[in-house]
Amino acid sequence: MFYREAGQYKSTYAADMAVFPIRQDRIGIAVILAIAFIGIPLIGNDFFIATVMIPFLVFSLAAIGLNILTGYTGLISLGTAAFMGVGAYACYKLTTFFPSVNIILLILVSGLFSAAIGVLFGLPSLRIKGFYLAVATLAAQFFLQWAFVRVPWLFNYNASGAIEVPQRTVFGLPITGAAATPETRYFVCLGLVVVLTWFASNLVHGKLGRSWMAVRDMDIAAELMGIKLLNAKLIAFAVSSYFAGVAGAMMIFLWYGGGEANDVFTIRLSFNILFMVIIGGLGSLIGSFMGAAFIASLPTILKFGLPALGVPLSGATAEHVTFMLVGALIIIFLIVEPHGLARLWQITKQKLRTWPFPY
Amino acid sequence: MSDVAARPAPNLLSNGWIKAGLILAGIVLASIVGAQLDGSGTLHRVLIDPFQQMASAPDLLVQTIWEGLVSGVLYALIALGFVLIFKASGVFNFAQGIMVVFAALTLVGLYEKGVPAFLAVILTLGVMFVLAVTIERVVLRPLVNQPDIILFMATFGITYFLIGFGESVFGGNPKQMITSELYLPKGAIDAKILGGFVSFQKIDIAAAIIASIMIAALAVFFQYTRIGRALRAVADSHKAALSVGISLNQIWVIVWFTAGIVALITGIMWGARSDVSFALEIVALKALPVLILGGFTSIPGAIVGGLIIGIGEKIGEFYWGPLIGGGIESWLAYFIALGFLLFRPQGLFGDKIIERI
Amino acid sequence: MKTSLMKGAALGALLAAGAAVAPASAQDSIYVANNAYRTGPFSGSGIPIGDGMRDYFTMLNERDGGIGGVKINFEECETGYDTKKSIECYEQAKSKNTVVYSPWSTGATLAAIPRAHIDKIPILSMAYGLSASADGNQFPWVFIPPLTYWDGASVMVRHMANELGGMDKLKGKKLGLIHLDAPFGKEPIPVLENLAKKYGFELKLYPVAAADMQNQGSLWLSIRRDRPDFLYNQGWGAMNPTAVKEAIKNGFPINKLVGVWWAGGDDDARAGGAEAKGYKSLSFHQAGANFPVVQDIIKHVVEKGKSLAPKEKVGENLYNRGVYNSMLVAEAIRNAQRLTGKKVINGEDMRRGLETLNITEARLKELGMEGFAAPVKVACTDHSGHHKAYVAEWDGTKWTKASDWMDPLKEEVRPLIEANAKDYAEKNAGWPKRSEPCEKSS
Repeated sequence: MFYREAGQYKSTYAADMAVFPIRQDRIGIAVILAIAFIGIPLIGNDFFIATVMIPFLVFSLAAIGLNILTGYTGLISLGTAAFMGVGAYACYKLTTFFPSVNIILLILVSGLFSAAIGVLFGLPSLRIKGFYLAVATLAAQFFLQWAFVRVPWLFNYNASGAIEVPQRTVFGLPITGAAATPETRYFVCLGLVVVLTWFASNLVHGKLGRSWMAVRDMDIAAELMGIKLLNAKLIAFAVSSYFAGVAGAMMIFLWYGGGEANDVFTIRLSFNILFMVIIGGLGSLIGSFMGAAFIASLPTILKFGLPALGVPLSGATAEHVTFMLVGALIIIFLIVEPHGLARLWQITKQKLRTWPFPY
Repeated sequence: MSDVAARPAPNLLSNGWIKAGLILAGIVLASIVGAQLDGSGTLHRVLIDPFQQMASAPDLLVQTIWEGLVSGVLYALIALGFVLIFKASGVFNFAQGIMVVFAALTLVGLYEKGVPAFLAVILTLGVMFVLAVTIERVVLRPLVNQPDIILFMATFGITYFLIGFGESVFGGNPKQMITSELYLPKGAIDAKILGGFVSFQKIDIAAAIIASIMIAALAVFFQYTRIGRALRAVADSHKAALSVGISLNQIWVIVWFTAGIVALITGIMWGARSDVSFALEIVALKALPVLILGGFTSIPGAIVGGLIIGIGEKIGEFYWGPLIGGGIESWLAYFIALGFLLFRPQGLFGDKIIERI
Repeated sequence: MKTSLMKGAALGALLAAGAAVAPASAQDSIYVANNAYRTGPFSGSGIPIGDGMRDYFTMLNERDGGIGGVKINFEECETGYDTKKSIECYEQAKSKNTVVYSPWSTGATLAAIPRAHIDKIPILSMAYGLSASADGNQFPWVFIPPLTYWDGASVMVRHMANELGGMDKLKGKKLGLIHLDAPFGKEPIPVLENLAKKYGFELKLYPVAAADMQNQGSLWLSIRRDRPDFLYNQGWGAMNPTAVKEAIKNGFPINKLVGVWWAGGDDDARAGGAEAKGYKSLSFHQAGANFPVVQDIIKHVVEKGKSLAPKEKVGENLYNRGVYNSMLVAEAIRNAQRLTGKKVINGEDMRRGLETLNITEARLKELGMEGFAAPVKVACTDHSGHHKAYVAEWDGTKWTKASDWMDPLKEEVRPLIEANAKDYAEKNAGWPKRSEPCEKSS
C-alpha cells in the first residue's frame, strides 16, 4: 500500500538507470542514514557503539571489497585479511612519516598500497580459476602474515612487535588513539563507509561493473565481446584490495586502537569475510552489510545480549551455544534462501509492493 | 556450441606489461649474479651454500627427506578426505579439519569414559556414520543443485556447529592420544648411515604404512566394487548417474562416512605427534596447497601432491629458511603449489577444466 | 516469510538488549572482571588458569565472606584467546566498573594499555604482556608483577650459567630460542641478544608459525644440525606438548630444554610420557596441593561442588598460577581498602592498592602460602618488582622445584625497560604524562 511505484514516471534515461528508481527507496535510504548518523549516537551507549557498531562498519567495508571481487567478478579470494593488514601497516608507516597530515586522508591513501599488493597477487587469476584460485590467494595470506611479523620496519621496530596507534587529531578533536571517544570513531567510520559505499555503487552500476559481471558470467564470452580480461580482473583485484586496505586501516586505527596486528589479520578473518559476502548475497552491496551484521555482530549480540535478557548462560557454555546457534543459522539461511540475505530482502520488497492485494 | 578444451591459455608473453617486466627482472638478476657469485654474497648463500651443506652432511639430508615424506603422507591423508567429498558431491568441504578433531576427540573421550580402546574405535566409526547421515539429510539434500560456493558455505556452518558441539561434549582441554592402547609402536630405529645417524620413528613408519594401506584399499574399493563404480559415475555426472538408477543420497552418505574414517585415522596420527585439541583444526589448512597441487578430483594427485609439498617445504625450510629468518614453512607450500599451477591450472592430476560457450 | 519476520523481531529485541547491557553495579560488592578462554585452540592452558582464579575468589567469599567484609563479584568473560573478543570483554568490564582488568593474552594487553590510561582501569598482566610496562613512570595503570618476560629470559641465562658452573663459562656456548612467531614469542629476543653479546654466547632463533604449532619437524632438524647447548621455549598452547615430544623424538637432552612459565603446564609435559622426565620450566610459584591455601580451596570450594575443576587437577601448575594471580588481585584490593578506608573501592583506589602492594613472607604465611611463592613488592616506578623465579622440573607425574630461587639480571633488564617505555611514550604521540602522585609511604 505504502510501497508503490505507481505514478512515478521516468522521463529520462538517467532516471530509469538510477540506483534507487523508486521514491520510497530513496526515503528509506534517507531514514537509514538518519538513524545511523543521529539515532544510534543518541540511543546507543559506548559499549554498544564500540563493540557492535564500529566492528559492523569495518566488516561491512571489507565485505563490500570482497564482494566486488567475488560477487561481481567471480574470483574467489581467501587473502582479504592480508590485504587489510597491508592497509593497516601502510597507514601506520604513513602516519609515522607524515604525522601532521590528516589521519582520515592517510587511511584513504593507505588503501592504495593494498591495491598495489592486491594486483600483484591477482596476477595468477589470469590462469587459475575457481577454488584453485581461492587456494592460490592463500599464498598471499600466509606470505604477508609472515612478513608482518618478520619485517620489523613495518612496525617501527617496536619492542612489542605490534602497531601502536598514536594520537592524531583533526581540528583539535582526537580521532585515533585512546583519547578518541567511541562516538568520534564511530562518526569517522560511518563517514568513510558511506562515501566508499557510494563510490562502490557507482563503480558496479557503471561500465566497469558491467564488464566485471560479464567476466563473472563467462569470461571467454566476455573476452570475445571485447572486454580485456587482464584489465578487468586486475582492476577488480585493485579495487577490492583498496576497500580491504581501508577497512584494515580503520580496524586498527579506529577500532582496535593498537594491538598485535598479526593476530588480527589471520586466515580466520579471511574466511569470515568471505562468509559475510556469501551469506549476505553475492553481487549485492546491501547484502555485504547484512552479511557483516550476521557473521560479525550476531555472535557479539548473542554473547552479551542473552545474559542481559536473563538467559542464564555464562562462560564457556555460552560460547559453545553461540557457536552451535550461528552454525545452525548459517545452514538454515542457506536452505531457506541460498542467494543470501539480500535476496530475502528483494522478496520482501516484492511482497510489499503487492501488499495487501497480492493478486 | 563448441568445445574449447584445447583453447590455449592466454599467451603471457604476448602481453606488453609482462614482457617489459620480464626484461626488467632479467636485467636486475643478471647484475646481481655478476656482483655476487664470486664471494660469500647473497647469491652464493642461496645457490651454492645449501648444496654444500647437503653434501657435507648427507645423513641430515636423508633425515630431512624422511621427515618430509612422513608429513607428506599425513598431508595426503587430510587431502584425501577433501578429494573424496569433492569428487562425489562437488563440495569443497571446509569442515574436514574439524572432522579430524571431532573424530579424534570422540575416540579419546570414549576411552576416558572407560570404553576399551578398540571398542572405542568402533563406536567412533559409528559416530562418524551418524554424522555422515545427518549431514546428508540436514545439509546436502535440501541444498542439492546449488552452486559450489553455497555448499562450501554450508560446510562452514557445519564447522561452527561441530566446534560448539564438540567442545560442549568433550571440553576444550587437550587430551593424550591412546597410542599404546591401539598397539601403535613407540620409540625409534636409529640407522647408522653416511657417516651419521638417521632416526626413523616407529610411529612415523606405522603412519606411512597405514596411510598406504588405506589409500590402496580405497583405490581397490573404488575401482572394483559396485559402490565404487557408482561413485565414479556420480563424479562424472550427477544426472547421468541418477538416470541409471544410482541413489545419490546413498553415495553421499558413503563418501562422507569414508571421509570420516579418513579423518579418524588422520586424527590418530596427528594426535600421536602432539596432542588432541582444537588446535589440530589448523593442521587441515596444510592440506589446501596439496589439493591445488594434486588437483581437487584426483586421489593419486593428493598422494603425489602431499609428497611434493611435504618434502619441498621441509627441504626449503631447513636449507633456505635461515637465510630470511626462518618460519617460511607456513607459506612455502603455497608458493610451490602456485608455481605448478601456473603451468597446469587444474593441478597435476586434476580433470581438465572444460569450458563451453 | 512469517518465520523470517519473527526472526527479525527477535533480533531486534536482542539488539535492544545489547544496547542496554550495562547493568547497575551493586554497591555492596566489588566487581572483578577476568578474561578467560575455556574455548579455542589455547583452551588447554586457559581452563586450569581460569579454574584457579575462580576458585580462589569463591573460597574467599565462602570462607571469609569476601575481602574486608565485601563480597567479590568475580566474573569471567570468554575470549577464546581472540583479540576481537578480548576488546569486547574490555568494553564490558569498563561498563560494569571493574576495579581491575586481567587481559590474559599479549594481544589483549597491547590493545587495552592505551585505553586503560584514559578509562582509569588498572591492568594486571601477571608475568605476561608488554615487558616495558614495568616502568611505572610511563605506565601508571599497568602492573606486571612478579616479573617480566625479559626477567624470565635473564633467569634462563643465569640457570644456564649455574649448570655450566659460572657466568664466565657461558662463552662460546649456544642457546636456542624456540618461540611462537608472534609478539608474545618474540618478547625475549632483545634481552637475550644483549646478554649474548655481553657473555659471549651464541643465540639461535627457531620461530614457529602459529599454523605450524603442531608441525615442528623441520625446526627440530635445524636444532639437530645446530646442536645448541640449551633450549629456551617461549611457547604457548599446543606448541608446547609438540615441542616436548619432538625433543624426545630427536634425541635432544630433555633436561636442557627449559620453557618459559607458560610452557609449564602439566598437560604440556605429560604429552612426552615417561621420557619427558627432566623437562624444565621457569616458575614463580609452587605446584601441588600441599599448601594450606589449596587445602582451603578444596575444603570450601571443590568439595562443596562449586568448582569447575575436577579434584585431581586442583594443585596443578597452571591451576596454582590462577590461584596466585587471584591472590595478587585480592591482596591489592585489601591494600586499597586499607589505604582509602573505603569498603567498596573503585579503579583508582585499586591502582593505588596495586602500586603499594607489598606481600611479605609473613603475609604469605598468613595466606597459607608459605613457600608457595616469593614475596612481592611493587613500587611507584617499578610496576613489576623483578622478583625471583626458579626452575621447575617434571618428575614424570608432577612439577617439582629443581633449583633455588634466582634473581633476574635486573641491572641488564631495567635500563632496557626504561628505554623501551620511553620509546613507547614517544611513538604513541599524545601519551599522557603521569599525573597520579606516588604514595608517600606504606
